[in-house]
Amino acid sequence: MKTEAIITMVLAQGFITIMAAYFFYRVLTSKSKNSEEDSFEKDQNKDTKK
Amino acid sequence: MTIKSESWGSRVGLILAMAGNAVGLGNFLRFPVQAVQNGGGAFIIPYLICFVLMGIPLLFIEWSTGRYGGRFGNHSTPYILDSMAKGKMWKYIGVFGIFTNVAVAAYYCYIESWTMAYVYHSLIGTFEGMSQIEVAGFFDSYVDIGQSTTGIPYEAILFYILCLVLNTFILSKGLRGIEKVAKIGMPLLILFGLILAIKGLTLGTTGASELFPDANAWDGLNFLWTPQYDSLANPKVWLAAAGQIFFTLSVGMGTIHCYAAYLKSNEDIALNAITTGFLNGFVEVVIGSLIVIPIAAGYLGLDWVLQNAGFGMAFQTMPYLFQQWGNYLALFAGLFWFGLLFFAGITSSLAMGTPWMGLMSDEFNWKQSKGAWSFGAMALIMGLPTVFFYKQGVFDEFDYWAGTVSLVLFAFLETILFSWIFGIKRGWEEINLGADIKVPILFKYVILIVTPLLIGWVLVSSLPDIADKITHKDTNNKEWFASSFYAENFEPSGVETGIVDSVSNNYIRLSFNNSKKVLNKSSNKIKLVKFKDQKIYTFKENQSSIVSVGDSIKPKDKIAEGPFVNNVLYKSIGRFLLLGLLIFVSAVVYSISIKRKKEGKSIL
Repeated sequence: MKTEAIITMVLAQGFITIMAAYFFYRVLTSKSKNSEEDSFEKDQNKDTKK
Repeated sequence: MTIKSESWGSRVGLILAMAGNAVGLGNFLRFPVQAVQNGGGAFIIPYLICFVLMGIPLLFIEWSTGRYGGRFGNHSTPYILDSMAKGKMWKYIGVFGIFTNVAVAAYYCYIESWTMAYVYHSLIGTFEGMSQIEVAGFFDSYVDIGQSTTGIPYEAILFYILCLVLNTFILSKGLRGIEKVAKIGMPLLILFGLILAIKGLTLGTTGASELFPDANAWDGLNFLWTPQYDSLANPKVWLAAAGQIFFTLSVGMGTIHCYAAYLKSNEDIALNAITTGFLNGFVEVVIGSLIVIPIAAGYLGLDWVLQNAGFGMAFQTMPYLFQQWGNYLALFAGLFWFGLLFFAGITSSLAMGTPWMGLMSDEFNWKQSKGAWSFGAMALIMGLPTVFFYKQGVFDEFDYWAGTVSLVLFAFLETILFSWIFGIKRGWEEINLGADIKVPILFKYVILIVTPLLIGWVLVSSLPDIADKITHKDTNNKEWFASSFYAENFEPSGVETGIVDSVSNNYIRLSFNNSKKVLNKSSNKIKLVKFKDQKIYTFKENQSSIVSVGDSIKPKDKIAEGPFVNNVLYKSIGRFLLLGLLIFVSAVVYSISIKRKKEGKSIL
């Protein structure tokens, strides 16, 4: 393969792979909010109690 | 308004389902062909710029719009859009988010059923010993429903119905079913893709044969990745990149809104949206670019690829290429290739069912199974004409109007709604609400100005093509029923004439000058080379040719007489069906608006 082609391929594929891996890692390590009460639901619950 | 209890089981499940929705057959078949035809390695520059300026902003818009609508108990675009602005029109613009999905699912499941059938044929060794022409002919026989490649009558219809039933069954299990398929399908798709990509990277010159002595996989990779920087000055290259980004991310369909509508209002959308965008990019740029082009160039040579690169390679060429690896490996290669296409297809087609199911559940409290089976029934009614009249062009009509024009139009209108009517201030707050990453402020102005302009440019640029399509400019036989048949254009420009080589009562063979693309290896530029091409017409018993050997025939010249039913009739039926579906969904939304008014459910 030509050096020019290899450099372009490695740069493009490397950039996208690193970005995809980085963001996926951030998703995996982010604190889950599922257990927290939804702020919208909280408002709705308040309204219901009233 | 009741808040639906259904929700995503896990964040990873949601990300994989969203990524699965975006990853489709185009990642493996459309992207490499677009890159080859638009500047090789330099194509990645406009591709990434359009990803940042149009792809990511559209993902932000659709994720946040969906989550916003979900707060009011809306899980499909008509009432998601309705909840964002005053005025009656937005819910009818949202109709596109249901219409597109039913229409696209109808023909997309047909492609998906081909992958199922080809997995089956790869496993039983159907392609063993077949020549390249025989493998291509096998596909033609498969889609010709009058023939059977297995002995099972109407097998194309059988596989299609099987595929539709499988989709409907999974949909009837709700979000959990979709999530389960995504969690299994996406890792398998990436694994299968990586195995084939390694083969594409390492094939080199080992695939050269007596017939194709110059075949070299590295030629394919060189051409795909060597940057032709002068191509960046061509607006068509930028338009191709914008189109690729648009269609690869599955934006403008209404599926992302629907999936996001099941999120809680404090859950992140910014990081989720970017992650699914890059995962789709990974499958496309890293895996997609290393399979079809290098493997085809490795066995058939780059000139063949330049001439034949397109969607058909997946089914008409790849099974033949896999046979060159020996029977045993060919079995696995076929399984991996058509398996990955199947997973790419099903994770997208499942997403298409959810907007209709969401609408029916929100408004009529339909259970998931009722919503799923009604969606399956609609897709079947719409899809059967694409199966029966595939060769007459009904499939292509669906793909053009529902799978292309409708998406761009809807995306343009939703961007205007989000940025200018809902308001960028509220929109920006919505994007950042619960965000796990800090979105650069630059995107606020990109979403406000650049993204609508870019989509508007794609839309305006496609207007001449839309006009050509409406007037059936691609054919010289424009009547539904005719007593004469006229010669079609011999090549795209329509200037070449043909000479009759051979003729009988029901058969005409013409030769004409055509040109093909050939790579000049020293300059790495494509040049056009003239060659003698042939065109064959066959007629039915009650039709007869009226030309003689040696006659010079121009496009639009009368060449046969008798009763003819032209493809324009079938294409028009396809258009009426699509129009009928659009009217039907609009009527459903209208009846819901009356019902909502009676129940006092008006939001704004």
